[in-house]
Amino acid sequence: MPEQFFFAAEVMVNGLMVGVMYALVALGFVLIFKASGIFNYAQGVMALFAALTLVGIQQGQVPFAHLINAIFGTDLHHFGWEVPAVLAILLTVLVMIGLAVLIERIVLKHLVNQEPIILFMATIGLAYFLEGVGDLMWGSDIKVMDVGLPQGISDVIDQTTYEWFGYGFFIDRLDIAASIIAALLVAALIVFSQYTREGRALRAVADDHQAALSVGISLRFIWVLVWSIAGFVALVAGIMWGAKSGVQFSLSLIALKALPVLMLGGFTSIPGAIVGGLIIGMGEKLFEFLVGPLVGGATENWFAYVLALLFLVFRPQGLFGEKIIERV
Amino acid sequence: MFYREAGDFKSSYRSDSQTFPIAFDRYRYYALLVFAIGVVPFIVDDYWANAVLLPFLIWSIAAIGLNILTGYCGQVSLGTGGFMAVGAFACYKLMTAFPGLNIVFVVLLSGGVTAGVGVLFGLPSLRIKGFYLAVATLAAQFFLVWLFNRVPWFYNYSASGQISAPERTVFGAAVTGANAQAWASYLFCLTFLIAVAWLARNLTRGAVGRSWMAIRDMDIAAEIIGVNPLRAKLTAFAASSFLVGIAGALFFSVYLGAVEVGEAFGINKSFLVLFMVIIGGLGSIFGSLAGAAFMVLLPVFLKNVLVGGLGWDTALAAHFELVLVGGLIIFFLIVEPHGLARLWELTKEKLRLWPFPH
Repeated sequence: MPEQFFFAAEVMVNGLMVGVMYALVALGFVLIFKASGIFNYAQGVMALFAALTLVGIQQGQVPFAHLINAIFGTDLHHFGWEVPAVLAILLTVLVMIGLAVLIERIVLKHLVNQEPIILFMATIGLAYFLEGVGDLMWGSDIKVMDVGLPQGISDVIDQTTYEWFGYGFFIDRLDIAASIIAALLVAALIVFSQYTREGRALRAVADDHQAALSVGISLRFIWVLVWSIAGFVALVAGIMWGAKSGVQFSLSLIALKALPVLMLGGFTSIPGAIVGGLIIGMGEKLFEFLVGPLVGGATENWFAYVLALLFLVFRPQGLFGEKIIERV
Repeated sequence: MFYREAGDFKSSYRSDSQTFPIAFDRYRYYALLVFAIGVVPFIVDDYWANAVLLPFLIWSIAAIGLNILTGYCGQVSLGTGGFMAVGAFACYKLMTAFPGLNIVFVVLLSGGVTAGVGVLFGLPSLRIKGFYLAVATLAAQFFLVWLFNRVPWFYNYSASGQISAPERTVFGAAVTGANAQAWASYLFCLTFLIAVAWLARNLTRGAVGRSWMAIRDMDIAAEIIGVNPLRAKLTAFAASSFLVGIAGALFFSVYLGAVEVGEAFGINKSFLVLFMVIIGGLGSIFGSLAGAAFMVLLPVFLKNVLVGGLGWDTALAAHFELVLVGGLIIFFLIVEPHGLARLWELTKEKLRLWPFPH
């Protein structure tokens, strides 16, 4: 039986690693929801778009090559140069910041004071739009993300655990790197929001829009800022997912899993997003391992949602969400 | 000039509160009905029926269903695709289990089954509100699709996992299966749409509909003045799922004929119906129809222009369509958050004064 037990433990650890990925996407949702009350459905597609852009810039693709070729009958595809990973990441960050500015200027500015459902729909529209633009810009074929992250099974862990337990744990180096990067990202976000001027303004807006406005904080600037940060988080998530499973459309579907993560953790809580991600990641892998074979497998498709649903029936605001107080 | 209500006096409460109080509107509506029932079946061909008319009719039913839940009762649902799948599979199981049963009853029963499932998934709405509920309905979407994919009983243990509709007739004319005539399928779906629209209109302006709207506008206040939230929300889920189930049954049996559940009733369908409802107008039956027409016609139109007219390849056109649909949704939300129904209202207001606006 210890074999089985260790196997379950390995599944659990791998689940935790997947959970880190979910948490990364969920983090972007929480940031935007806190600062603007917008439920940003496009976060997953933003990750896809960021990853596509990064790969495109790195490989020196000509943006909109297909479109230009179709209209002018030319035959463009690559500039013929390759951009180093670090520079490409910096350029992608610039693109995401530009995107944030555009979203604020073109969309959000006009939708101030609309009902949440309208804003939510607008972000779904944005998701479609970005998905289409991403495909138009860089083509829709599956791309390989290579920014120099470690790949493959970690031999050190395999051997050490084999010596300790007589059972070698298979853990992807990429997952370990992802966890470390995620931890650094969260730490950086906390430092940013606690100790910088803009970070404090951000927290003020999250606390109370009106009060923040009245002490002279520019809401529009904060929105651009928070969408930029969300864009950056999306880029990090996109790099991780992209390195793991290739840059393709299913990336944005995986990101849908961030929604039950959010529900578990509460829409307004950053620790909630992390803990929720870990619970969901671990839970769905374990469930698939233990119960999956009995009911035909592929339970990962729905387990997260049903878990979140059942959980919410007992605690409607999520694990760490602010208590919902209703007044007439 | 053309649009006048002057001289159109009402002498009873009944005539004042009818759906089309202005005579001009009413006659146009009757004319449209006569045209749709009496003329279109004789001129419709396969292309028009399959590319435009059938999808429009079926999605309209789904959109009216979702509009009852989201537009009238304020409960955002992303599970429409899953509920349509319930309708489709209920329809398939009934068709194969009771070959003698008339297809009309099969479709209605499928709606009934879906209503039951809808109520089940509606139960959490009593505790979960707003976006939390929207995400919770995703559970219905993914779980139901998975269920129909994995449990062989639902697709009668067929090797491909697909379900396909056998031939069924109404008054001797085949409406499902390979031999179905375009006009028969069209009339079949049209009948359902008219019945559904009539039902929805009368539900929403009656006591039930008012309790839904009270819950939508402010649930606690509604509870205090004596609206039972349990009843209101669950009836909304039941009515909505009933209609969505009918749409799913028709979509499977009449329109597609053969269905692979993940492809036909995926999450995209849920969003499609939600778009129809939002673009058409929340809380409006006419809006549901307008939204469905818009979302059905736009891809057909774009495909004809981009692929047929400009000669782009289909993949490129599909990407461009995404951009355009996304852009249009944002554009519509910015210009008119209340949708096409509101635009139509405004047009009528303008027409009333035209050509002397002052």
